[in-house]
Amino acid sequence: MKTVRIGGGAGFAGDRIEPAVELATHGALDYLVFECLAERTIALAQEARANDPSRGFDPMLERRLQAVLPACRERGVTIVTNMGAANPGGAGERACDIARGLGWRGLKVATVSGDDVYDVVMAGEFVIAETGEPVSKLKDRLIAANAYIGAEPIVQALSQGAQLVITGRAADPSLFVGPLAYSFGWRPDAWPELGRGTLVGHLLECAGQVTGGYFADPGCKGVPGLDRLGFPIAEVPNEGPIIITKVRGSGGLVTMATCKEQLLYEIHDPSAYLTPDTIADFSRVTISDAGHDRVAVEGATGRPRPDDLKVSLGYRDGFIGEGQISYAGSGAQPRGRLAAEVARNRLERAGIPPGDIRCDLIGISALHGATLSAAAGEPYEVRVRVAARAPSREVAYRIGEEIESLYTNGPAGGGGATRSFREVIAIASTFIPRDLVPCSVRIEVA
Amino acid sequence: MKLRQIAHGRSGDKGTIANISLIAFRAGDYSRLVAHVTAARVRERFAGLVTGEVRRYEMPSIGALNFVLHGMADGGVTRTLALDAHGKSLSSALLDMEIPDAGASR
Repeated sequence: MKTVRIGGGAGFAGDRIEPAVELATHGALDYLVFECLAERTIALAQEARANDPSRGFDPMLERRLQAVLPACRERGVTIVTNMGAANPGGAGERACDIARGLGWRGLKVATVSGDDVYDVVMAGEFVIAETGEPVSKLKDRLIAANAYIGAEPIVQALSQGAQLVITGRAADPSLFVGPLAYSFGWRPDAWPELGRGTLVGHLLECAGQVTGGYFADPGCKGVPGLDRLGFPIAEVPNEGPIIITKVRGSGGLVTMATCKEQLLYEIHDPSAYLTPDTIADFSRVTISDAGHDRVAVEGATGRPRPDDLKVSLGYRDGFIGEGQISYAGSGAQPRGRLAAEVARNRLERAGIPPGDIRCDLIGISALHGATLSAAAGEPYEVRVRVAARAPSREVAYRIGEEIESLYTNGPAGGGGATRSFREVIAIASTFIPRDLVPCSVRIEVA
Repeated sequence: MKLRQIAHGRSGDKGTIANISLIAFRAGDYSRLVAHVTAARVRERFAGLVTGEVRRYEMPSIGALNFVLHGMADGGVTRTLALDAHGKSLSSALLDMEIPDAGASR
């Protein structure tokens, strides 16, 4: 029986590159998938493209492809990625340049476009799911509107012989469902199979998070060789158990526990995981040991896909300014509290609304608040963090100034002040009928 | 005893909704999770951090519970002033929760 070997080569835009090279070289892969797009990432990419029409794809695209293309060529590994971000076409051209530079003339690159629905949502009557307000009300604050597209255009690209498929906002698991559907000839309404493929995608889309990344807890959950963490491989037959494993000799581990944590990662109702391809049902999944660093997963299925596609909206929503300063030794905590209080009073007097200011004591209660932190003992040092929303860049900048000036205008012994500010790109969503999102595939040869 | 002695978990987010998985290390301890870690107890533990409902999904096939926490992060992941905007550190607070000692069952 045919088994497809598919690897997860990146779990986010900034992910490590070496494990992907290891996968391409030693993974005996058919497909290598790079998932590199989050809601905020695509909004930033749209901004980058607005500033320079030749950009707007993943800033690490060049480095990643330079690193993995030689091994992929030698081993016949096909790449699927959403590194096209806001400019799949531009990414495809750049990929061809890189391939030619590496001496790989003839590489067949497919780019998938159509997920950018900015004009459609601005012109139509769409409602922001989180607030109930019309999308069009965002006007020029809206910088990105990208629909989550599914596996179908990826299947189309692969059936045209593509060796590198670059999409924009394809849904994370769809990047894996595409190659599987193509390999096994799953039709777009083969719901149980697509549910099974979605499980593969879900387990692999965060790369190292299923091989021991985000897992180690010394004394409780050990991970060998975390510094050499290997990325995952799924061995997928047309039916029956899927094996999750990794390259022999790489760091990390694949156990029932790592697979269970990733199975439920960012899942709400396990019986209804919505994707553009299917509503996947993971509620009866079973996970069992299948040898050293080998885990068998089965029991996923799927139901008919949703009629509408989710659209990720990115819009400008003011600025956030922040400053931090540390105190140590006896009385560190009272001095930190005084510093926060002083900074807050100064910011309020400068006109920042109290609800837009947040003061934290890092090392005490910054992550989970005072109640959950109450039982902990007195730490040796604390770091004061003050963050506030601001309507403009100038005001945001001044917030950090108020913290830095605690050196000479605050409590005794403050050190290590830092400050920063950023524009807020807020993320919201809306839903759009599928037929308003026609996708197209373009093939280019290096 | 603390939950982390019999269970592990991971948290993640989708906008203002966070989830925390809670997975028994040994299949035999799943029923203890079901009995002691109710949605109401989790909501109480995260009072102040979570403003909406907490929903619990049971996954007996893998010995796990999944908690979905609504109303996280004032204004959402991108607008919140919180240090951990994604609520990714929440699982550690759940694993520190006390449950009754099972005596001989360790």
